[in-house]
Amino acid sequence: MSPSLRRRVFLVAAAVAGALLVWGLSGLPDYGIYRGPYGDVLNAVAVGERHATNVVAAVTFDYRGVDTMGEEYILFAAVIGVAILLRAQRDEREEAPDEDAADRRAPGTSNAVRVLGLALLGPVVLFGIYVVAHGHLSPGGGFQGGVVLATGALLVYLSGEYVTLRRVRPEALLDLAESSGAAGYVAVGLLGLAAGVTFLENVLPLGQAGTLLSSGMIPLINLAVGLEVAAGFVLLLSEFLEQTLVVRRPGEQT
Amino acid sequence: MSLLPYLIAAWLFLVGLYGIVTSRNLVHAVVCLSVVQSSTYVLLLAIGYERGGTAPIFLDVPVGTRAVDPVVSALTLTDIVVGATVSALLLALAVQTYKRHGTLDPEEFRSVRD
Repeated sequence: MSPSLRRRVFLVAAAVAGALLVWGLSGLPDYGIYRGPYGDVLNAVAVGERHATNVVAAVTFDYRGVDTMGEEYILFAAVIGVAILLRAQRDEREEAPDEDAADRRAPGTSNAVRVLGLALLGPVVLFGIYVVAHGHLSPGGGFQGGVVLATGALLVYLSGEYVTLRRVRPEALLDLAESSGAAGYVAVGLLGLAAGVTFLENVLPLGQAGTLLSSGMIPLINLAVGLEVAAGFVLLLSEFLEQTLVVRRPGEQT
Repeated sequence: MSLLPYLIAAWLFLVGLYGIVTSRNLVHAVVCLSVVQSSTYVLLLAIGYERGGTAPIFLDVPVGTRAVDPVVSALTLTDIVVGATVSALLLALAVQTYKRHGTLDPEEFRSVRD
């Protein structure tokens, strides 16, 4: 099918699908008028029941905690999948990007990027830890904070030479952090079974709502998720960086 | 215009699909898929929105303040995580496709295959 024919077929199909979508969407309650009972019920009872002032976190990590465990394992599986897809192939060898062109050095990182990257590193890591630790109080949580923490590693890559950094990258430590984050979620869930209630049911003291040590197991789960997401994203980023900077097929011009 | 947010979701969905169908570059197609996915974020959040409602965070406002639905916010979080993992996997596939075929243009795979 030629591109122009395909485009025309798509436009016809899209017109039909668009009309159906608009027809269906116009049957929804008007924007701004919320009908469902669950949101209102949760907003009314979650702070009292779970002592978590961030109701989204209470929903994510408590009311539907098992779903979120599945979500965390989707991320875990995806990181493994990327690592497997991007593993060194049989006909590949690893080399620094400037080995092919000894007369042309890759331009070094500018001092401005270096200084700014290193200056931002501390605040970014602190902010990531803050977002993870306060997930049950204010907007944030393990997923968001984990990504912020991984940005810290990206800043290190940006402000240094990746090829040099690669030698000191704590890959075993990252693997360990990712796995223990993933296992930590299950371990927290097993606390419930050990105490004789159901999996992931809170068994820790709830504390006073609005304080850091409150909401029972939600901060612990946030911590596990934050560890898993941060380590997982650093692994993802380094897999992709490795492809652009290091892996070459024989005979390929750089 | 109480339908507008829903129409934005429908528009994002269709325009992202158009991008995928006409894409000449796999990385571009992955980005278009993210556009399709963001239509679901808009739709979920639009369904849960309550006029005048704040975020469902009761740290500095008392419980009982009108707030939007926390369930769809949590679902959107799940949605974003799944979207990120799908993009990562597809981009890894694109990298390997480029290594195998030397091109990212889906039109050219057809000639390569013969």
